[in-house]
Amino acid sequence: MSSGVSKLLIGLAGLVSSSAWSKEMPLNLTKGVTDISNQVYDLHMYIFWVCTVIGVIVFGAMFWSMFRHRKSRGVKPANFHESTKVEIIWTAIPVIILIAIAIPAASTLIDMEDASEADVTIQVTGSQWKWHYKYFDSDVEFYSLLATQQEQIYNKFDKGENYLLEVDRPLVIPTGKKVRFLVTSDDVIHSWWVPAFAVKKDANPGFINEAWTKVNEPGLYRGQCAELCGKDHGFMPVVVIAKEPAEYERWLAEQEEIIRVRKEEEQRLLAMNMSMDELMEVGEKVYNTHCAACHQPNGEGLPGVFPALKGSDVALNDMPRHIDIVVNGIAGTGMQAYGKQLGLKEMAAVITYERNAWGNNTGEMVQAKDVVAVSQGQ
Amino acid sequence: MAEQSKNHTRSAAKLFVVVLGMFGFGFALVPLYDVFCDITGINGKTSDTAAVYEAVEIDQDRWVTVEFVTRTNTGMPWEFTAQTNRIRVRPGEMNQVDFFARNPANRDIVGQAVPSVSPGTAALYLNKTECFCFEQQPLAAGEETLMPMRFYVDPQLPEKIKVFTVSYTLYDVSESAVAMN
Amino acid sequence: MSSVTEELNHDDHHHHAPTGIKRWLYTTNHKDIGTLYLWFAFIMFLVGGSMAMVIRAELFEPGMQIVNPDFFNQMTTVHGLIMVFGAVMPAFTGLANWMVPMMIGAPDMALPRMNNWSFWILPFAFSILLASLFLEGGGPNFGWTFYAPLSTTYSNDSTALFVFSVHIMGASSIMGAINVIVTIMNMRAPGMTYMKMPLFVWTWFITAFLLIAVMPVLAGAVTMVLTDKFFGTSFFSAAGGGDPVLFQHIFWFFGHPEVYIMILPAFGIISQIVPTFARKPLFGYASMVYATASIALLSFIVWAHHMFTTGMPVTAELFFMIATMLISVPTGVKVFNWVATMWRGAMTFEMPMLFAIAFIVLFTIGGFSGLMLAITPVDFQYHDTYFVVAHFHYVLVTGAIFSIYAGAYYWLPKWSGVMYDNTLAKLHFWCSLVSVNLLFFPMHFVGLAGMPRRIPDYALQFADFNKWISIGGFAFGLSQLFFLALLIKACRKQGEPAAAKPWEGAEGLEWEVPSPAPYHTFETPPQIK
Repeated sequence: MSSGVSKLLIGLAGLVSSSAWSKEMPLNLTKGVTDISNQVYDLHMYIFWVCTVIGVIVFGAMFWSMFRHRKSRGVKPANFHESTKVEIIWTAIPVIILIAIAIPAASTLIDMEDASEADVTIQVTGSQWKWHYKYFDSDVEFYSLLATQQEQIYNKFDKGENYLLEVDRPLVIPTGKKVRFLVTSDDVIHSWWVPAFAVKKDANPGFINEAWTKVNEPGLYRGQCAELCGKDHGFMPVVVIAKEPAEYERWLAEQEEIIRVRKEEEQRLLAMNMSMDELMEVGEKVYNTHCAACHQPNGEGLPGVFPALKGSDVALNDMPRHIDIVVNGIAGTGMQAYGKQLGLKEMAAVITYERNAWGNNTGEMVQAKDVVAVSQGQ
Repeated sequence: MAEQSKNHTRSAAKLFVVVLGMFGFGFALVPLYDVFCDITGINGKTSDTAAVYEAVEIDQDRWVTVEFVTRTNTGMPWEFTAQTNRIRVRPGEMNQVDFFARNPANRDIVGQAVPSVSPGTAALYLNKTECFCFEQQPLAAGEETLMPMRFYVDPQLPEKIKVFTVSYTLYDVSESAVAMN
Repeated sequence: MSSVTEELNHDDHHHHAPTGIKRWLYTTNHKDIGTLYLWFAFIMFLVGGSMAMVIRAELFEPGMQIVNPDFFNQMTTVHGLIMVFGAVMPAFTGLANWMVPMMIGAPDMALPRMNNWSFWILPFAFSILLASLFLEGGGPNFGWTFYAPLSTTYSNDSTALFVFSVHIMGASSIMGAINVIVTIMNMRAPGMTYMKMPLFVWTWFITAFLLIAVMPVLAGAVTMVLTDKFFGTSFFSAAGGGDPVLFQHIFWFFGHPEVYIMILPAFGIISQIVPTFARKPLFGYASMVYATASIALLSFIVWAHHMFTTGMPVTAELFFMIATMLISVPTGVKVFNWVATMWRGAMTFEMPMLFAIAFIVLFTIGGFSGLMLAITPVDFQYHDTYFVVAHFHYVLVTGAIFSIYAGAYYWLPKWSGVMYDNTLAKLHFWCSLVSVNLLFFPMHFVGLAGMPRRIPDYALQFADFNKWISIGGFAFGLSQLFFLALLIKACRKQGEPAAAKPWEGAEGLEWEVPSPAPYHTFETPPQIK
């Protein structure tokens, strides 16, 4: 409680000396950038005004009565206590109002749920705590992770403008085309939400859900995971960039080229051995981006929730198992299959790092070909 | 007084029976939900038993596009892909799509594919006469296989559904499979 | 019916009446048990409230400062569980224990020994739940709604304790509900027909049926979570042929009636208080009863409005949207009836009335946001944002909790025999009223602007509002200490002695016995004209 009080005092002081976070917050629902999101906004305002009018009438009557019919004004109470006519009226009127709300709501809903005849299909897969996007008619697929640094979250660095709403690789979609999302999950339930599109769809493990959008204006749109999905639920934003169709096609071709080049590089990598220093350097970076959230930067994990790597049997003694876990993950735990997320070089590096950091000094190096030996069964 | 307390016990006993009944109802919701899904197509569950192909009239007037999505769950090392990821079919006509699976791991693994259809209503009209998802699929270390899926789309499929997606998620069920044997 | 002689007589009957702690441990007296429930609920309210303080302190500024995200999730989870099952529900059960027998002219509850058990298992349930927070790996962190598979495959082992404690809470509520039903059915005084029962009794009667209908379903849901997690079943896991969405269907089949379990008795309390201070009979008694019953019935067919984003066929979405909208009709009838009761009355504004009026206004605001949430297409935008948090705190805090306060102020003179300290009461009411709105009203805007619920850290645009919300939260938390002080004074009998009927316009059997109410009342049933 005392920390609450001191916080409160600090807060009051902070508010007086103008706020440190000057970003304006809109006070109303976004209109968004699609026809559907505009319809949703209009519905929202419509119901809001209906409620406001009813509220003014009901509360108005109540406050007027509280003012006029006070005992201190010397009034004598009346004795009426029922009136079938009045009661029928105030049952019937709300029913009519509800019908007037339900009709436009139903028509918008039917439009929203019609994902047929899409131009582009994208598979959206949630996992703890990142989104994966795969373009159905292309080889392009990637993970999209929070780009905000841990140091900003833990108040060591100043917070950037898009704090917690920025990702390393945004989803790119074309404008003016119907884009269909097939939403699913790898582990727990997530919910993919972009307010500007009025799209929010749960990602249920083992099942697919559909949603669609047709964005009118190019731009960058931000959203967040909306369903509690564990520890870092607050740290898995969604960023979507809508590009003109031509530009989108160019981007897609570029991505395909990048994937091709990367595959060639990995082939070359198989024949090479990286040095310990290089492995450790790359490994530390990868570890801090992908592993530290659960296993902690010091490798000690969170007791009872996420196991320690420091001094663990697998990290010290069982290299094939170690590679297997990193590549394929462990079903039913937060440990994901990083074979789908990381390149060979990164996996080799991070496994080497885990086997040599925090006093795990095994001195063993893991090379790309060792990883391939396990993941491809060669 | 004694009469009255007997009365109370009788009433309370009746209410306890209701409580037990509702506890049972909670569990009855599980099969009821499946029945409900079968009727309404909520959640895109498909039937888990083979359909029998009844000679139905093929609807030559329209095409339906069926898309296939394959996924492997965390901890499942298999490669798993559909040989065709999109086909156009006539409602009523038999079709076959093959799925490729390979177990690259150095241990034997039993896989179980779980289907899901979107939009959910389409699941009611997807009749699979043969599917690898009906049973568990064992693959020895390093082994690979082609798994067929034969199906036809019921001509009753509502006109407005022109495209639907069938997703298969592959799970490693080796542990529970061992437990069963 | 002189109390003094009656109390003496009673002592003659029971020579071995235990004293001290044993009196409370072994008591089968409805008034003692009511008192126990009410104190328990208030303590739990403070415990759950301090968890809310932790949540608000962490959300005071962007960035992680005080707790880690996992502990933050444990706080939101246990805050929710404690407030629902530990504060609101036991408080209503306590009020029912105290008032239902007195209002229908019965000497006690029908099953006094079961009454004792149903209270005394509660402290165990909550000790288990709270103790799990101190285990390695922490307590439940999957939200009070414990959606699978977050609560099954992906939870830690303390889930077993969570399941066990929910089972006990459920057993307690079910036994309490059975007791209320049997009491009302079998023990009404001669002449007390159903349609003469006070509305508080009516609403509790209906609530008790809801309880026995849905608490067992909750027990089923947690049992399935338990077996899925520890015994290899797959009710909710796709890999074994189950479905995670099924969990939500079962949970909300319990969860939505549960919402009405927490608000119907509130309607009852307000329907007692408004006529008293308007000095005019309740408008539309019969329609109040029918409205309560229809709300209860409708509550069974609206559960999936909590699940619009899970992916349902459009026909199901339309059905649940329309069914949900329909609930606003009987709820509206209630609000209109209260206003009509005030209309042309002769009102005074003592503390119970102030809380009742605050209830009517603020609950209605929560009702409006509920109507907005019912509209499926817009719900896609509101769902799982702070708009929802604002909505259910308006109906639960300024709704259920305010009604409990209204009831407590209304009946406290009857329980304690002294009038409450009016200065403390005024401080309590006005500080609570201002701070609760500072706490919850801005949440509507934060939600509309796009802040998801259950996040420990947020984007910078939400910072200013969250700071104000936190200040409101701390102020609301502190305001409750005025009530604690007031309660302690009342328990020490400090204050003006209360008359048998301290409120001029009050009607009902409970005002015919002296204040404080003697240990045994209505041993000879009163005659109702």
